[in-house]
Parts: sequence; C-alpha cells; structure tokens
Amino acid sequence: MSNHSEQSGHVGHVVPVSTYIIVFISLMAGTALTTGVAYIDLGRWNTVVALTIAVTKMTLVVLFFMHVKYATGLTRVVILAGFFWLGIMITLSCSDELTRAWEVVPQGWNMIVPLVSRLF
Amino acid sequence: MSDLAHGAHPQGFAHQFEDVEQQRDAGRLGMWVFLVTEILFFGGMFASYTIYRALHYESFVTGSHLLKVRFGATNTYVLIGSSLTMALAIRAAQTGKKKGQIIFWLILTMILGAAFIGIKLHYEWFRDYQEGLIPGVQWFYNGPHAPGVKMFMCFYFFMTGLHAIHMVAGLGILTVLVIMTARNKFSPEYYAPLEISGLYWHFVDIVWIFLFALLYLIGGRYPGS
Repeated sequence: MSNHSEQSGHVGHVVPVSTYIIVFISLMAGTALTTGVAYIDLGRWNTVVALTIAVTKMTLVVLFFMHVKYATGLTRVVILAGFFWLGIMITLSCSDELTRAWEVVPQGWNMIVPLVSRLF
Repeated sequence: MSDLAHGAHPQGFAHQFEDVEQQRDAGRLGMWVFLVTEILFFGGMFASYTIYRALHYESFVTGSHLLKVRFGATNTYVLIGSSLTMALAIRAAQTGKKKGQIIFWLILTMILGAAFIGIKLHYEWFRDYQEGLIPGVQWFYNGPHAPGVKMFMCFYFFMTGLHAIHMVAGLGILTVLVIMTARNKFSPEYYAPLEISGLYWHFVDIVWIFLFALLYLIGGRYPGS
C-alpha cells in the first residue's frame, strides 16, 4: 500500500484503498439501514433516525473521501463555519415562522408545542 | 519539501507559493469556501423545506409516499459508488499510476453519474409526469391534502432538479478531467484539478444523501403512516 515514494511528502496524503473500501461499505450499509428503518413504525423517531444516519454518512464522506481528516486547521474552521451559518439560517428562520401565532393567541405558547414537535 | 521550492519547478507549481504542499492547501481551502456557499445555497431550500414541513406535516407525508423510494435508494447506492471511484481516480494520480488507470476510474465515475440521471429521468420524473404529479406541467392528483401535496412536489422537483443540474455540471467537469489526464497534465506532484473536482463531486453526493432522507423517508414508509 505504501512504498517509499508514496510517503515522501510530495504527493499529499495518500489514503489506503482499504480505508476507502471500508468507508464505501459503511455508506452502503447506512443507506440500506435508513431505507429499512423507514418501514418500521418508530413514530417521530423515524425522522430522528433518518437524519442521524444521514449526518453520519455525511461525516464519513467529508472525513475520508474529501480528505478533511488530513486537512489543515484553517480548512476545518472554514467548513465548520459553513455548517454553523447553515444552523443560524435554519434556526432563526424557524424561530420566526414557528412562533408567529404567539402574539395573536393569548397563552398560545402551548399551541406552538405541536408545531415544533412536528419537526421530528 | 524545500528541495522542491529551490530546485527545478515541479509540474503545475505556481511561483507565488512557498512549496507544493502550500499550493495544494490553498487550492483545497478555496474550493471549500466555494462549497460553503453551496451549502448555504442548498441550505435555503432545506430551511424553507423544514418550515413548510412543520406547518403542513400531513401533506408532506402524503406527498412523500407518492415518491418511488426504491429508485431513490438505488440512486443513493449509485452515487456512493461514484464517490468511491472518484476517490480512487485521485488516488491513482497521487500514486503515479498510468494515465489509463486514472481515466478508467474517471469514466466509471461518469457512467455512474449518468446512470443516476438516467434513473432519475426515466423511472422517477417521467413516471411522475405520467401520473400527473408535476405541478404546473401535468397535475392530476386530487387525493387528500391536494394543495399541500402540490407544494411538497414543488419542493421535490426544485430540490432534486437543482441537484440534477449539479450532477450534469459534474459530468462536464469529469469530461474535462479525462481530456486533461489523456494529455498528461497530472502527476503525483500536480493533481489539483482532480482533487478539487473530487471535492465538488463528493459534495453533490452529500446533498443527495440528505435529499433522500428528507424527501423519500419522511414520516416512515410503514403501512398506516
């Protein structure tokens, strides 16, 4: 897998083929799992499970296929900032949209609970 | 590393960089900045999807059950396979394999990418058209939650459509890479276009992973859901 010339530092980090194969098999298994779980009644947890598996698959792709495991700190900060901004966008949009009934309906906070819980 | 900076210029080395590794890091960082804008670009659709789904959950579940989950899953497998072959193409360049091997993995990636689009067009969008599930083009659906289902299908077509456009762009990029490889543009010292395009291809794969989970699997697929 790693003869001397591959390790000389001129070629960047070479990921072993075995790592790629393991990641690939994990991603395939994750897809089968997420599809299979959708046919089991877990109530609201179906969405939680589906998203957890999706995030796990994304992490595998980012770390190994996209070589972020071997990237510089600066690159990692940029990536994390991107996801942080995505979080801001989704969270603030939801906090606006899903709380609009509050002013109109007195004591309406408990009407919001079913809306928020529907996210899952 | 320093022998590269002071010695003869390695292939593709730009003089403003200290060494090859710094150049490579700069390229990766630049591509990631672009991908962050793409995350937020798709993120806008995911955010609006999240809100409308919270407001019209039953409609979204009904709409989701109209999608063909079998082909959605098949396409996920196909795209993951294409990500593997893309990674192997870059690895072949890194380890100085013959250009035929790099081209082999690139072409395989293209075949899988084209298969994805083919499955999408033939087994999903075309059947959706026949079943009248395309808002504004061909709409026959008048089951429960019809207005909400129409909105869900709008989300479905815009999100998968935008993703498919990215796939087509990716195929164009891969074509260029094949030509560049054939013209001996890459070596273990210089393979930046391959690596950068690989990042793009994997990103498109990730978007699909989320589209599959969110569009096809909402609220479960079990009877009575």
